[in-house]
Amino acid sequence: MLLHHDLEAWAGRNPDKSALVCGKVHHSYAEVDARARAVAALLQSRGVQRGDRVALYLDNGVDFVAGLYGALKIGAVFMPINPLTKEDKLAFMLGDARASALLTSGSLRAAWSGAVEQVPSVHTVVCTEVVADTGNREIVWPQGDAPTDFSLPPTIDQDLASIIYTSGSTGFPKGVMLTHLNMVSAGRSISTYLGMRESDRVLCALPLAFDYGLYQVLMSFRVGSTVVLERNFSFPMKVLETMAAERVTFFPGVPTMFAMLLGIKGLDAFDLSALRAITNTAAALSEKHIRELRDLFPQATLFSMYGLTECKRVTYLPPDQLGIRPTSVGRGMPNEEVWLVDEQGQRLPNGSTGELVIRGSNVMRGYWERPKETAERLKPGPIAGEMILYSGDLFRTDEEGWLYFVARRDDIIKSRGEKVSPREVENAIYAMEGVFEVAVVGVPDNVLGQAVKAFVTLKPGAELAERDVIRHCLARLESFMAPKYVEFVDALPKTDTGKIKKTGLG
Amino acid sequence: MNGIQSDTKAQVRAFINENFIMGAKTVAFGDTDSFMDQHLIDSTGFLELVTWLEETFGIRVEDAEMVPENLDSLAAVEAYVARKLAA
Repeated sequence: MLLHHDLEAWAGRNPDKSALVCGKVHHSYAEVDARARAVAALLQSRGVQRGDRVALYLDNGVDFVAGLYGALKIGAVFMPINPLTKEDKLAFMLGDARASALLTSGSLRAAWSGAVEQVPSVHTVVCTEVVADTGNREIVWPQGDAPTDFSLPPTIDQDLASIIYTSGSTGFPKGVMLTHLNMVSAGRSISTYLGMRESDRVLCALPLAFDYGLYQVLMSFRVGSTVVLERNFSFPMKVLETMAAERVTFFPGVPTMFAMLLGIKGLDAFDLSALRAITNTAAALSEKHIRELRDLFPQATLFSMYGLTECKRVTYLPPDQLGIRPTSVGRGMPNEEVWLVDEQGQRLPNGSTGELVIRGSNVMRGYWERPKETAERLKPGPIAGEMILYSGDLFRTDEEGWLYFVARRDDIIKSRGEKVSPREVENAIYAMEGVFEVAVVGVPDNVLGQAVKAFVTLKPGAELAERDVIRHCLARLESFMAPKYVEFVDALPKTDTGKIKKTGLG
Repeated sequence: MNGIQSDTKAQVRAFINENFIMGAKTVAFGDTDSFMDQHLIDSTGFLELVTWLEETFGIRVEDAEMVPENLDSLAAVEAYVARKLAA
């Protein structure tokens, strides 16, 4: 059972059913599968082999979906990359994974053309628009009459399906290695507890490069339902119009999206009566927002969930518990075991606080070519040879074993539901002329969850404005990582050993 | 184009260049280029643009008006601001 078999099965079983709705355009299961086969044939003809890494650097749309399934069909490993990523980080990820191919669009050329120059392993760039004089590495995305034949590789479910890069405290992202088994198992478990069915219509305004968005497509294709795919949540009114017109039944979001939604006047102008489920993850929903969402959509069930890229999803709160314990993220999902451990790794009883560990087929294989970091997160489990995942997050359980998020053990900031590594932001700011020292922290924000704030000391005689620092960061980092606030100070607090002390900064 | 309209475009272009353009690489963009398609402004950026338009031109942007037709290009913003000021 491989990840792409679902798409192929539904293309055979119900070829004319809408798999994707992008804007007003409907793409049937048969069409999406045909597009994927054309990508597969093209990549294989260019020498992409089983196990090779194929990067996807695209906005949400049918090409992204065709690209990921095309890579899977020839046994390649797809690497989804957020289109907000800038040149240096893109080059880093392509180089780190030694990617063979990049699937991308003309609108992102400013970022990728410089990046691929730095990465010799990338021998093929498949682009929606080709510029004539860039040598024979760049080829155009397959058109309607492109060949669709390719030879089937002997892929098994132990093979890698995807590498998804995730930010860490070190300042460099790490590639989470996920097998077909990992992803099929996670998708089966989640779509089961959500009760997803063939008649559902899932609104996806989340980036497909983020596993939360990606799985809307993977799971929808599992049950044969339709994904209404939006580019982003920049214009909530437009998304609401689409949700009403397309009779959307599922709305997955993050707290920032719900905060924006709840701030809109005149929501009752939209007929959202088809909505039967809302899901939240990536950051905690406040009790106030939970109440307001339930008031606004009384006919919809709300699922509070928690997960991490390293295993896709961990917990969900059964909706009948929401009124009883609204701040809980629930218990482990089907076919998974979770528990809390103390500093020595000993299992803790209910009513304790400790680190959450996860055991299940959804747990990653490790970080790509990072044995040390992998060993910090994957440790031997109860059965010889198996590995369990240390989440790096602190939770407490109540007497009945329900889980409540307490804190991260690391210093990662969550802004708009996205991970922001303070070190990455600091490294970017240190590259500015005139900067002496930098400390980046998260500060509470009503809409963002946490906002990124940088404290900066300048070298003598240097002059910089807040806007200069923010623009500089926008050039190098994804927009959600750029600081919202920059404060210039005379000095940063230090520990006895002279290291910058962040406690108390805010 | 009268003086107010072309001045609007110049002001908006300057605001975007100063606040959103991904730093050192100033990207040339046309009057009708989609900010979203060209990756010039992201979702939080549109909220900031709206706040700035309200403060700069003394208009009130209604929720229902926060749509690409009004905000997703220089030409769209210019026409939208002109309509609001004339109203």
